[in-house]
Amino acid sequence: MADVRALDYAGSERLTMNMGPQHPSAHGVFRAILTLEGETVVGVDAVIGYLHRCHEKLAETLAYVQYPSIASKTDYVAAMSSELAYVMAAERIGQFEVPKRAQYLRVLVNELQRIASHCLWLGTWCMDMGGALGGGATIFLYCIRERELVLDLFESLVGARLLYGFHQVGGVRYDLPAGWIAQCRTTIELIEQRLNEYESMLEDNPFFTMRTKGVGVISSELARDVGVSGPLLRASGVDFDLRRAQPYSSYEDFEFRVPVETAGDCHARYLVRMVEFREAIRIVRQVLDGLPEGPISSRPGVKSLAQVKVPKGEAYARVEGPRGEVGCYLVADGTNKPYRMKWRGASFSNLAILPHILPGVSVADVVAIMGSVDPVFGEVDR
Amino acid sequence: MSPERARELLAAVAGVTVGDGLAPVVAHVPAAAWQTVAAFAKDTLGCTFFSFVTAIDWKADGLEVVAWVDNLDTKLSVQLRTKLGPGNSVCPSLVPVYRGANWMEREGFDMFGLQFTGHPDLRRILLADDWEGHPLLKSYAVDTPHPPYR
Repeated sequence: MADVRALDYAGSERLTMNMGPQHPSAHGVFRAILTLEGETVVGVDAVIGYLHRCHEKLAETLAYVQYPSIASKTDYVAAMSSELAYVMAAERIGQFEVPKRAQYLRVLVNELQRIASHCLWLGTWCMDMGGALGGGATIFLYCIRERELVLDLFESLVGARLLYGFHQVGGVRYDLPAGWIAQCRTTIELIEQRLNEYESMLEDNPFFTMRTKGVGVISSELARDVGVSGPLLRASGVDFDLRRAQPYSSYEDFEFRVPVETAGDCHARYLVRMVEFREAIRIVRQVLDGLPEGPISSRPGVKSLAQVKVPKGEAYARVEGPRGEVGCYLVADGTNKPYRMKWRGASFSNLAILPHILPGVSVADVVAIMGSVDPVFGEVDR
Repeated sequence: MSPERARELLAAVAGVTVGDGLAPVVAHVPAAAWQTVAAFAKDTLGCTFFSFVTAIDWKADGLEVVAWVDNLDTKLSVQLRTKLGPGNSVCPSLVPVYRGANWMEREGFDMFGLQFTGHPDLRRILLADDWEGHPLLKSYAVDTPHPPYR
């Protein structure tokens, strides 16, 4: 167990160093109390909770029509996936129909969200590894530039760029505005070209290779045991993707490849996410080509808090978010509010891998590893 | 390992009663057998992926601990549940079986005051160390004041 307090302090050569709570590579508020021997980490105590807003208690006080827009605030850079998990859990208990068009629109926004989220991951991660990449801020600004284009799409669809409230129980709240499809096609085409640019910047760069290959290896056994999911799990050689294993929201209608790498290091996680970028684009194209006509919700627009009542029961709905398994465990008691709601945040379980893999690495690698885990602290702390 | 087979095997374990559904296979476990049934799910049913462990406060009926594990190769999901009984918050820890239970059980302690016996490091995780009470208990009002804050 890599807990600082369990370590033997008898040696005088050990140094305790605080990384965070305000550390630029944490992409949020996260404190890692590192115990060092020279440059090598020998113990880590991860301190989380700085961003805790008690989402689970809050959900017990909010009606099913209110909470989806709050669900966005768990993982705020991939708000669409947490909204989807929440409404899917309610729909599963109540056996509410979701029209085909609404299911396709859900897939569409979730894949666009994956593109936006991976843009942010790539940019910030490369910036963390910094100057060695020939000015790491370059690729950061490139990625943010592309992410903005996706956020523009969301803005013209929902009116918000980051926290949407797009999903509702029984369907979605907004249909595509005029001209949106054309704008979307132009955007994904552009992003697809730019991905080649990113790759040519990074893959021939010896610094990038040195800082990522063989760094932060997670074995497939450890990954499963800790509950690591998403790109991290697939980079550790486990061929598992919820979109294919337990298709939801009509994912079975689309063709896509699930990338798997076996190295389990930072570089493998990079390779997996780069394929996911392209596969997300491919799914978006398929949705746009095959978008059925029809209603976007099986239920009327929200007029009152008591409009959605979910019968007694419970369900666990999980979706493949950009960071992995985003799960919502919902217990309903027949009223218009849940009795109990549990978030299974992908970032929470992914971050829990750190105490297992950090001991033995150098301080500089901590930054590279943390960036490759891609935690979002809104989702860790909830 | 098919869900049907997994349900048969679980039903044969002493003390365990299984639910009706197959996705997930639900096993109601007495608290004393919590760790052994989890180890059974991991070793015999192949549920090596740890998804989550949490709790539900059933007010007068006490706390119920719920865990969810998966076999990623055969797409089998198993939900383990144990009722601790009114006024009881002691439950064996799953950390010796699944390392992923470590942080989640700390959260269970933080939010419900659950005492996981055998946990290597049971302390608060999301709330501050000096926080009073366990917010996800139904007896904890959502507007409980915290001086000097309102």
